[in-house]
Amino acid sequence: MLAPFRHLGRITLGTLRKLGRATLFLLHALRGMPALFWRPRLLLGQVYAVGVLSILLIAISGLFVGMVLALQGYYVLSDFGAEQTLGVMVAASLVRELGPVVTALLFSGRAGSALTAEIGLMKATEQLSGMEMMAVDPVRRIVAPRLLAGVIAMPLLTAIFSAVGVLGGDFVGVGLLGVDDGAFWSQMQAKIDFHEDIMNGVIKSLVFGCIVTLIAVFEGYDAVPTSEGVSRATTRSVVYSAFAILGWDFVLTALMFGGD
Amino acid sequence: MQSRTVEIWVGVFVALGLAALFFMAMKVSNLSQLEGDGDVYHITAHFDNVGSLRTRASVSMGGVRIGRVSAIHLDTQGFQAVVDMQIEKQYANLPDDSSASILTAGILGEQYVGLTPGGSDVFLKEGDRLELTQSAMVLEQLISHFLFNKAEGDKDRKSTGSDKSDS
Repeated sequence: MLAPFRHLGRITLGTLRKLGRATLFLLHALRGMPALFWRPRLLLGQVYAVGVLSILLIAISGLFVGMVLALQGYYVLSDFGAEQTLGVMVAASLVRELGPVVTALLFSGRAGSALTAEIGLMKATEQLSGMEMMAVDPVRRIVAPRLLAGVIAMPLLTAIFSAVGVLGGDFVGVGLLGVDDGAFWSQMQAKIDFHEDIMNGVIKSLVFGCIVTLIAVFEGYDAVPTSEGVSRATTRSVVYSAFAILGWDFVLTALMFGGD
Repeated sequence: MQSRTVEIWVGVFVALGLAALFFMAMKVSNLSQLEGDGDVYHITAHFDNVGSLRTRASVSMGGVRIGRVSAIHLDTQGFQAVVDMQIEKQYANLPDDSSASILTAGILGEQYVGLTPGGSDVFLKEGDRLELTQSAMVLEQLISHFLFNKAEGDKDRKSTGSDKSDS
């Protein structure tokens, strides 16, 4: 009779407990951030792992997304004789939405899952406990540099994605479909505002960088220390990241662009 | 050696990201077109109706862009729209009896302010007001005028027609 309520209560309490653990974990990792200024080498290796190794994936995806946007946009715009606004359409959709969102989704699959698996395996093989035995704080030593590296890498990767995407749109729109080169770029420059569009995209990518990396390192740190537990944590990391990115994207879009 | 290559690659990554951001600021957005206040001067014009003119719309003379609209607000005394414009310093020799009209680029395009030069020897300077203005063409008003006139015209023609048959 009371079993369903008990079940619901257990789920609610479990969720709250996990949120609490994640918050404490974040505060703990943030306390470890200042120490990174004395040891930038720790950070450097992580920026290499999550940022540099993702460039190729991000650039190629950006190129194809930009090219597809130009093709599809041309199909609709040519009905109204408005092919010249193709540049505006490609740039606006990339800079405002697709750049931050697709980069964050790719980033969670490419770098976030690796972070979760790495930290989860460290826990499963008792490396984290070993560090604690040596009086080294694993959250400060392992988690803090990875968190900061993700937050640094995301905006840069997003900028690369959007820039390459615009160039891809230019290649298809101007090169293949014959849109006027001058109109493509000048209409884009006239319509896209630096503060309104580009800076808001950068803010979005910063927020997504924090969310994705936090979910990834927390799921790894919180994983059940078995091989099955690590595999589940990796899956959860990617799934939760995708939900969080799309949900927060709606909230941020409503706040930034909802007014007008 | 190993850490040196890592450092180089991270440097390349950060440089690439910043270059992409710079590219978007200069080539994709309008940042390269923003003028500082140093090389522009301001003039205003009062319009009965500005239509859908927006701030940042261009101000042009003879089809050449010479400035942009910096602010639009309502004058609460005369209930006219006041349009503030920034004109680039290199076009400092505009006659002060020039007229301003709000035009549309194409049928459904953006609205902009077009200046037509007058014949005066005195040039416009900072803070001047253009006296001669022509309001925006509002499509709905034009259509209603047209329909109204056509209805009137039909009535007139009918009455004259009946007169003719009488005579």
